[in-house]
Amino acid sequence: MAIFLTGQSRVMIQGITGSEGRRHGARMLAAGTRIVGGTNPRKAGQTVELAGTGVPVFGTVADTMAATGADVSVIFVPAERTKDAVIEAIEAQIGLCIVITEGIPVHDTAEFWARASAAGNKTRIIGPNCPGVASPGKSNAGIIPADITSEGRIGLVSKSGTLTYQMMYELRDIGFSTAVGIGGDPVIGTTHIDCLQAFSEDPETDAIVMIGEIGGDAEERAGAFIEQHVTKPVVGYVAGFTAPEGKTMGHAGAIISGSSGTAQAKKEALEKAGVRVGKTPSETAALVREVMRTVLAQGGRPPWNPPQARCGSPP
Amino acid sequence: MDLFEYQAKELFTEYGVPTQPGKVAHTATEARDIAAEFAADGHPLVVVKAQVKTGGRGKAGGVKLADGPEEAYAKASQILGMDIKGHTVHTVLIAQAVDIAAEYYLSFLLDRANRTFLSICSVQGGMEIEEVAHSSPDAVARIAVSPLTGVDAAKAKEIIAAGHIPAEAAEGAALLAERLWAMFTDEDATLAEVNPIALTKDGQVLAVDGKVTLDDNAAFRQEHARFADTSSTDPIEARAKAKHLNYVKLDGEVGIIGNGAGLVMSTLDVVAQAGQSFGGIRPANFLDIGGGASAEVMANGLEIVLSDPSVRAVLVNVFGGITSCDAVANGIVSAISMLAERGEHVDLPIVVRLDGNNAAEGRRILADAGIKVVEQVDTMDGAARRAAELASAAKGA
Repeated sequence: MAIFLTGQSRVMIQGITGSEGRRHGARMLAAGTRIVGGTNPRKAGQTVELAGTGVPVFGTVADTMAATGADVSVIFVPAERTKDAVIEAIEAQIGLCIVITEGIPVHDTAEFWARASAAGNKTRIIGPNCPGVASPGKSNAGIIPADITSEGRIGLVSKSGTLTYQMMYELRDIGFSTAVGIGGDPVIGTTHIDCLQAFSEDPETDAIVMIGEIGGDAEERAGAFIEQHVTKPVVGYVAGFTAPEGKTMGHAGAIISGSSGTAQAKKEALEKAGVRVGKTPSETAALVREVMRTVLAQGGRPPWNPPQARCGSPP
Repeated sequence: MDLFEYQAKELFTEYGVPTQPGKVAHTATEARDIAAEFAADGHPLVVVKAQVKTGGRGKAGGVKLADGPEEAYAKASQILGMDIKGHTVHTVLIAQAVDIAAEYYLSFLLDRANRTFLSICSVQGGMEIEEVAHSSPDAVARIAVSPLTGVDAAKAKEIIAAGHIPAEAAEGAALLAERLWAMFTDEDATLAEVNPIALTKDGQVLAVDGKVTLDDNAAFRQEHARFADTSSTDPIEARAKAKHLNYVKLDGEVGIIGNGAGLVMSTLDVVAQAGQSFGGIRPANFLDIGGGASAEVMANGLEIVLSDPSVRAVLVNVFGGITSCDAVANGIVSAISMLAERGEHVDLPIVVRLDGNNAAEGRRILADAGIKVVEQVDTMDGAARRAAELASAAKGA
């Protein structure tokens, strides 16, 4: 089944005629994604060639949805125009909007998030500044390389792109149900908790890997959520132990201010929730391997109990 | 970007947030001249305030009252050049002293957890708000502010009332809040803090100190470059920025180059862990060359990392995602010859770990190039260990 993105998903691209939109549109098509169309108000009615396939261009998200039944939009427009693009997707009530664009002012993100909430959260937003969602063997929406892993039963949620790829590659023999890159900005649409919940409910996911990094308290809150609601095994990794206070480490959200947001605090919060936390990406992958062996030893079904029957730390 | 107090107050003034008059001095003589000017206007009493981007200036002796130009000169001489929590004082703000009857607190900031904005307001100003929140939590009001509706006169009143600001200051404080919000949104700030708001004995409401953080992502629509602080920026960081490289200087010995913020952060951690076995070897920098890793970007990155005199070994840690490793390997090979053409021969050991898309071909290209200083290690943990070991050996030599 995977989460958020399945083989049935009909994917459109906002900014399909731009260089990033065309490049990654072609990659997504090659990975088996059903790319049904895209937008560019100035090129409506034209067709854009993506790896030999002609894809129709529409003026608006609503037009694309009406003509093609698109239910997922991937946004590649420049940062200056991203807010308007997301608001357009929200107003068209598309089910899922994945914002790849990086460098968006946080006031813009806060505004489109507020609009999505005011509209009743009919549109799930993933990102911004994220690599997107990949459900290997089914569909790929964003910039996650399609050929580094295989289909399987691990669910992955991560703030970081390359660490996502690294983990998918290290565990390519076991494979993933879905990998979600939620992005490293201070304000993001879909959170660790949203993904943990979706993976918990997904019958095709047996174990969850959660990759966090310094800044904010999303990992701490995810830890509290896991303790209360998640019975599937969760393995964690946190990057940024050596980051000094007050310096932004690449991602706009990765900055430690005062005593909050340190990697150590996040690791402790996750461990308190019964999450096994790896010291390095490779050690984390090894922990996942161990967890999956246990799952397999128990007949391929995950060793979890219904939430209400559970007590103590997760198995 | 964090602003100095005087820069924050420049923005305050632009948006009609009242502050007491003040001017910036870089030397004690300038401080004396400013104080003389204020004295001629009938304000001989001034405050000399160290301009550093850290808290606790007062406790460190960086804020002093001065009566007249000569005293301003003496106090500025003491404060300029001072070290406050690792920040050297290069400038002082000479502000007209005000007669304070009461001090309050007000801020607007990003609320990451709730994905909205937040106003914090308290009748107890003048000290760290974290301390107030700890000692008397009831005295600190937190009011959510929607990006869609913002702060109008009614919302400003609500915030001020929630903070229990007394009647004699409420009107002025509400006006200040409304204007501060205008600055917060129009300037793409992520923090605008006034601590304290002073109620003066003659009934004025003034922003006596201010902290502002601006969103670097908004650079395309803001004129914030004027606030860039060249005096306290590390020179290598400044050169990296000029080359559009995402570089942060740290204090260790292993130069780090990688792709993707998360992977590079993780590389720093793994090197620091491995370095514990080699007498505390640590990463020398953060450098994210991004997804592409072209030869030119790699060459610029190597040049920047090698220009740090404390670097004893370099670790290149790349995961080939969309870009395949053969392209990255070619990038490394041409980067080293590009540097040689520029007359900069690389003689420090470079440990390279390539993994992911087309890794085998990438490793073959690097091996065939036969570059003496390049050593390949297959795993990230192994490469980090080797780089720490080489750095430790070079340091000991």
